[in-house]
Amino acid sequence: MPDHTEQRLQQAVQEAHRNTQPLNIIGGGSKAFYGREATGMPLHTAAHRGVVRYDPAELVLSARAGTTVAEVEALLGKENQMLGFEPPRFGRETATLGGMVAAGLAGPRRPYAGAVRDFVLGVKILNGKGEIMRFGGEVMKNVAGFDLARLMAGAMGALGVVLEISLRIIPQPPVEKTLVLEHPQHAAAIALFNRLAARPLPLSAAAWHAGETRLRLSGGAEGVKRAAEAVGGEEDVAGGQFWQRLRDHELPFFQDQRELLRVSAPPAAELGALDAPQLVDWGGAQRWLVGGADGEAVRALVARHGGHVTRFRHGDRRSAIFQPLAAPLHALHLRLKRAFDPAGILNPGRLYRDW
Amino acid sequence: MNRQSLSRHFRQFLPRTSVIDQVESLRAYECDGLSAYRQLPLLVVLPETVEQVRRALRVCRELRVPVVSRGAGTGLSGGALPHAQGIVLSLAKMNQVLEIDPINRTARVQPGVRNLAISEAVKHLGLFYAPDPSSQIACSIGGNVAENAGGVHCLKYGLTVHNIAGLKIATIDGDLVTLGGAALDSAGFDLLALMVGSEGMLAVVVEVTVKLLPCPESASVLLGAFNAVENAADSVASVIAAGIIPAGVEMMDNPAIRAAEDFAGAGYPRDAEAILLCELDGAEGDVGEQVGQVREILRRHGAAHIRVAADPVERARLWSGRKGAFPAIGRISPDYYCIDGTIPRRHLGRVLTEIGRLSGEYGLRVANVFHAGDGNLHPLILYDAARPGELQRTEELGARILELCIEVGGTITGEHGVGVEKIGSMCVQFHPAERAQFHAVREAFDPGRLLNPGKAIPTLARCAEHNAMHVHRGRTRFPDIERF
Ligand SMILES: Cc1cc2nc3c(=O)[nH]c(=O)nc-3n(C[C@H](O)[C@H](O)[C@H](O)COP(=O)(O)OP(=O)(O)OC[C@H]3O[C@@H](n4cnc5c(N)ncnc54)[C@H](O)[C@@H]3O)c2cc1C
Repeated sequence: MPDHTEQRLQQAVQEAHRNTQPLNIIGGGSKAFYGREATGMPLHTAAHRGVVRYDPAELVLSARAGTTVAEVEALLGKENQMLGFEPPRFGRETATLGGMVAAGLAGPRRPYAGAVRDFVLGVKILNGKGEIMRFGGEVMKNVAGFDLARLMAGAMGALGVVLEISLRIIPQPPVEKTLVLEHPQHAAAIALFNRLAARPLPLSAAAWHAGETRLRLSGGAEGVKRAAEAVGGEEDVAGGQFWQRLRDHELPFFQDQRELLRVSAPPAAELGALDAPQLVDWGGAQRWLVGGADGEAVRALVARHGGHVTRFRHGDRRSAIFQPLAAPLHALHLRLKRAFDPAGILNPGRLYRDW
Repeated sequence: MNRQSLSRHFRQFLPRTSVIDQVESLRAYECDGLSAYRQLPLLVVLPETVEQVRRALRVCRELRVPVVSRGAGTGLSGGALPHAQGIVLSLAKMNQVLEIDPINRTARVQPGVRNLAISEAVKHLGLFYAPDPSSQIACSIGGNVAENAGGVHCLKYGLTVHNIAGLKIATIDGDLVTLGGAALDSAGFDLLALMVGSEGMLAVVVEVTVKLLPCPESASVLLGAFNAVENAADSVASVIAAGIIPAGVEMMDNPAIRAAEDFAGAGYPRDAEAILLCELDGAEGDVGEQVGQVREILRRHGAAHIRVAADPVERARLWSGRKGAFPAIGRISPDYYCIDGTIPRRHLGRVLTEIGRLSGEYGLRVANVFHAGDGNLHPLILYDAARPGELQRTEELGARILELCIEVGGTITGEHGVGVEKIGSMCVQFHPAERAQFHAVREAFDPGRLLNPGKAIPTLARCAEHNAMHVHRGRTRFPDIERF
């Protein structure tokens, strides 16, 4: 059966390659704000949609890139399964699997379950010459050839137009419970997160904001009950909602119109107050700062601790949105970009200025 | 370049004991765990520091000498097979645990550290490094990264790629590049994921930051014995469909059961067609409940015999048969050849039946041991290298089994890598544009193609030759199943 939407995408990329016409790859547009300013001719993938295969007992789902995250999650929910990395949809029903993979963003469960790249099993892509290729597959273990499938996660479309994705799926935990504790300072919460994470407890999320610490436990009834006793605090019966709103940046903290910085650092890194309102997620490994902070100063500080900073939202999109790379690493990126996209037409400049 | 003059280049900055140029001593490096392939290198170089690795690489780039990195040499695909005109760069002397960070739960180690040594070094903290290949007493973490090694527990805890937080790599130019670290992600492309499984062809791994996990509170192992392999396979699907992710699920067929039982005395029923070993771990009460659920599922699928290990001693005994399966086969046959294909689990019955048929066609016995949870098969072909033509027939049978794996939507290698061994099968799994893309990626790192040349990614010419030899088999593809 000829796949018309795939053919159309292929023709568009082939033509752009011939004419050296930059393309701006768009899925559902939910992450249009993310990264450096998009230039180039829009290339829409949303019409290339549909679940190709889903077998709950294999824990694998394959779908075209334009399929919405919402559709996939609804389908998985019927089988008591889910996407382990809780991808943010930013309040948009339109968010697609292609955009989810390209942006590589993950929600509160990330430190305990894994990132998008950890669940990518295979992809079908168009490279910058418009060639269709498949890497990886539909099995958990596969080391044939370089792992170019995981490489697509977080590449912001710079290496290829994702056409199809196979993902590893996980079962929903039988029981989930959120506890809330009080910690006036974030440092105390972070210390607690790291102490707990070193013990065999069923943690699945850990966040702090404005004096309140929240911990989510997921697993069997017995393990969750005993862990809750060990953690203490009060049960937050609206916990489920809290994590959803954190995942999609719908909490009031994220409504601020000033610049939002994303700090990714070792979970226990002591970064100090950073002079800005702060929301700690990922058990300390992801910290959000809003307004006030001097982005470049934070960047220098975080880099000393082995982390990096993204100017996530409401910043100057012509500047360095992502942490600058050390010279030899930058050179490697440039050569890799050319290896996939010799004409430099796929989302040029979206990640870094010169490619 | 001749051996003596090349040796002088390295002796300028390496101690005497770090440059091997005597043929008798080079013999120890002529093969890895796949001993059917042997080749003497020009030299073996054993640097002790990152600086020495970088200088050695610069020398090789300057003189255009191929470099084959080597960890412990336990690889099963000939990935560390030397190059006749090249050096073997052994990381064996770089075997120190550099730093343990109990708070961030990471350890920084040198590439030559043995896999098991990491878990041993952090045991007192109640932590462990999860990937546990059966070769874990011997294999190096650098080799694990290069092959994306798996283990018995990777169904629940993931492969090497899921358990590595950062790498330091030395490029062929001698540059030192840091990828990732103790944070959960890094800016730019996910080169960490790309490096894992790259079989020494992109750069040399000189330092690894591994993630450490808390040891589970309790664990339990069930043994189920079946009169039909299909029933064992179906019960694995049912366990997973019930929302249970066991720490490990392993399966063995009758020839493997008999060999393992004779070798280890693990208490396996010798007449069963298949046994399943299922390990569950987690909080104590939950494990108890899951054991009950799994027991019920096995019964429903017709298990003739079910046993639950009552204590750690019996648990270890049940595992001992599975862990000793390879040497056990080694006792009943002069040689054996291990296949590593992976398939979607739903095709297990069909693939095993077909393997049985092929075994008859080639007149070679096959014992099956596999990681049933993730569909990673290890058919062991029993042969005798002393009989003329038998190794060749064995390799042909192996290639047929791999084609079968591709046909049902699987892959030619789940964890052992392509190396030299499966390079022909790569021509079947990937089409020319895909292979060209692999070469382009490789040249982005190593334009002179000096790192492990001739491995993992076949050239166009190699595939033309392969396809010319194997056209008669191009017919069997199942048209209804995509190759994906
Ligand atoms: C009895 C037995 C059981 C096994 N069981 C398993 C199993 O359960 N799961 C599994 O996954 N594997 C298994 N293996 C295979 C093997 O142990 C693994 O592939 C292991 O990861 C190889 O590590 P090594 O240090 O021996 O690497 P080597 O064999 O020395 O090298 C393997 C590859 O890695 C490259 N390499 C090594 N070090 C570096 C470095 N520092 N930088 C760059 N490249 C490097 C080499 O060039 C080569 O291509 C088994 C092997 C045996 C013999």
